[in-house]
Amino acid sequence: MDEPLRRHHWIVRATHWAAFVLIFGQIASGLQIYRAYPRFGERGGPYYPNLFHNVAFPEWSRLGGWLAGGINWHFFLMWPLVGVGLLYVGYLVLSGEWRKLLFRPRDARPAVEMCKYYLRLRKDHPPQGKHNALQKAAYTAIVLLGILSVLTGLAMWKPVQLAWLTWLFGGFQAARYWHFWAVWLFVGFTVVHVVLVFAADPASLRAMITGRYRGRFTSDEP
Amino acid sequence: MSRRVDRRGFVVSAVAGLLAACGWDGGRTFRPVLSGVSRFNDWVSQLLFSGSRRAPKYDPNDRSRSFPAYHISGMTPRLAEPDTWRLEVGGLVRTPLTLSLDEIRAFESVTYTVKHHCVEGWSAIASWTGVPFRAIAERAGVLPEARFVRFDSFDAGYYNGWDMESAMHPETILAYGFNGRDLMPDHGAPLRLYAPHKLGYKLTKYLTRITFEAERSGGYWEDQGYPWFGGV
Repeated sequence: MDEPLRRHHWIVRATHWAAFVLIFGQIASGLQIYRAYPRFGERGGPYYPNLFHNVAFPEWSRLGGWLAGGINWHFFLMWPLVGVGLLYVGYLVLSGEWRKLLFRPRDARPAVEMCKYYLRLRKDHPPQGKHNALQKAAYTAIVLLGILSVLTGLAMWKPVQLAWLTWLFGGFQAARYWHFWAVWLFVGFTVVHVVLVFAADPASLRAMITGRYRGRFTSDEP
Repeated sequence: MSRRVDRRGFVVSAVAGLLAACGWDGGRTFRPVLSGVSRFNDWVSQLLFSGSRRAPKYDPNDRSRSFPAYHISGMTPRLAEPDTWRLEVGGLVRTPLTLSLDEIRAFESVTYTVKHHCVEGWSAIASWTGVPFRAIAERAGVLPEARFVRFDSFDAGYYNGWDMESAMHPETILAYGFNGRDLMPDHGAPLRLYAPHKLGYKLTKYLTRITFEAERSGGYWEDQGYPWFGGV
């Protein structure tokens, strides 16, 4: 058959897998830190609604061994993770690749069509370019989630020096709360992402490793 | 196909490696890397720190209903003879001082209601009253070669090293009042260090001695891996 499509630049592939490992480490060390005060709200309450209120996460899910170990991992991995994020977004901007990934208002109607397809309300797969509208929504949201994680992290790290930022998120405990929410959004994204890779387009896994794509979505249009 | 197996092998070993890493504080090889980065983060924290920026203030009505108090001794440290307690101020100063609590109370006092940030992630609002550290430092006459300050306590050897800029911040105080009353033994009576711009473990309680130094001192928790700067 034809030559496989060259789909992902090496920067995209490298930052994709680096981000996976680093976010994994950030979540594990974050759960270690969470253990020291597993709730949200000022001392004496009231406390924020939280499914994991006073929950001790199992040892295998935590990185660092104790609070200082968790902190030191978290405050180490944050640097390469921010670097990887900047490299990825920088590449998208400079290469123009962002056009294929950024969800824009015109993607709203195709997104509805994709939802219909997944809900079996329409039989045929709507036409798409490199990514469909729902993918664009997801890949745009995950970048915003990364930015939110960094900003809420800064708000927790320096609630006095960056008091305006902490205030913006509703205070120190609220910043912790949103930072923790980001964990479950990352986890949820990853689960859906992996399921869809295997269910909808298994060839995309190879494309994210070698860069070459032999799948069914051959258009490289935005 | 060998590539498929390799890929699966790669994914499996990567996941297993990640899981095995959990619970690991870095070990002998990687812990030095982590503490090196922690020093870098201290430097970044120092860049972000402003010697004049004031912490947000709260109304006394906002005080938290509970305010945990930690010490490292088995029991709350208490002075057998409170009247003989003295604060010693020495090291790189022109005039070493020995101050009684009454002499410390004679300085112009500062009272503020601020949020306390613990490294564990909790926070609590309380009012603190005391004398600015800076006033004591000026009385002692700090020599130019002093770049750090060390605070010692009678809580089983608990101590902290500080950078001079944080110590000289106008909101760094030696506190003897908590929520409008005298400081209680739980909170470090008779005198403790307080500052809204540091994490709780930097705020030495049960003070006995202040030493101005040319070299950086560590700290009880800092020596075990906590960030040294500990600024918020």
